Amino acid sequence: MTASILFFVLASVAIAAALGMLISRNPVNSALWLILNLFCVAGLYLTVNAEFIAVIQILVYAGAIMVLFLFVIMLLNLSELPDLKRIEWRRVIAFFLGMGLLAMLMFVVASSLDMLPDPVSLEAAAESGSATTLAKVLFTRYAMPLEVIGVLLLAATIGAVVIAKRKPV
Amino acid sequence: MEITLNWYLTLSALLFTMGVLGFLFRRNAIVMLMCVELMLNSVNITLVALSQAMGDTAGQILVFFVMSVAAAEAAVGLALVIAIFRNKLTIDVTQFNLFKY
Repeated sequence: MTASILFFVLASVAIAAALGMLISRNPVNSALWLILNLFCVAGLYLTVNAEFIAVIQILVYAGAIMVLFLFVIMLLNLSELPDLKRIEWRRVIAFFLGMGLLAMLMFVVASSLDMLPDPVSLEAAAESGSATTLAKVLFTRYAMPLEVIGVLLLAATIGAVVIAKRKPV
Repeated sequence: MEITLNWYLTLSALLFTMGVLGFLFRRNAIVMLMCVELMLNSVNITLVALSQAMGDTAGQILVFFVMSVAAAEAAVGLALVIAIFRNKLTIDVTQFNLFKY
């Protein structure tokens, strides 16, 4: 019972934070709402006993990526974008596209109810979410992708430095 | 009420739609990048929930890689935003028409 209350609280805060991110006019407020959302998602990972991913979520997303976002927002010294006076048809089309996507996703979830796997026991779930189990798999079976990801991060770092560097015009 | 896998999948669908809507609605390039992060995050919820329901670690390893790619994407995306801001002094995406003509 407590688990379901925890889920509903975390899920509603996550959705409210995502909405806050969408409608706040100031980019700094958007970033702070997104951080709240990421913390709630980390809590949701804990409710399915995925401890390792929950910790990584807080460290990498809320810690590193969002600090990068806030840093760039402060660096650019942005003012809020001016309001548009005319009706934007782009937004009307976007709204209907979004609702169509939501209907489609909900249809897929609802129609696959009888195909979902039977949940494993709580002990098995706790074991498969622990850092020990994941590290064993990550460094044996998925060692090659891990190395490739390392190269990707190096390339992204060099690329970001090159792109953001002041060029002589 | 018992929390089943469906609730996690539904929450993920909702968050993904909100990410898509934000990406289409907002004109601020940085907020659009944040909406991409929200979409990646909602997919991670699906992967973790399914992985834990099946007792299979592959989904969580994939989440680990998705997070790495998200970090790389944020770094390169923000560098592009800085480069564009330096040239145009705005990050309103409706003001960019570099490739239009």
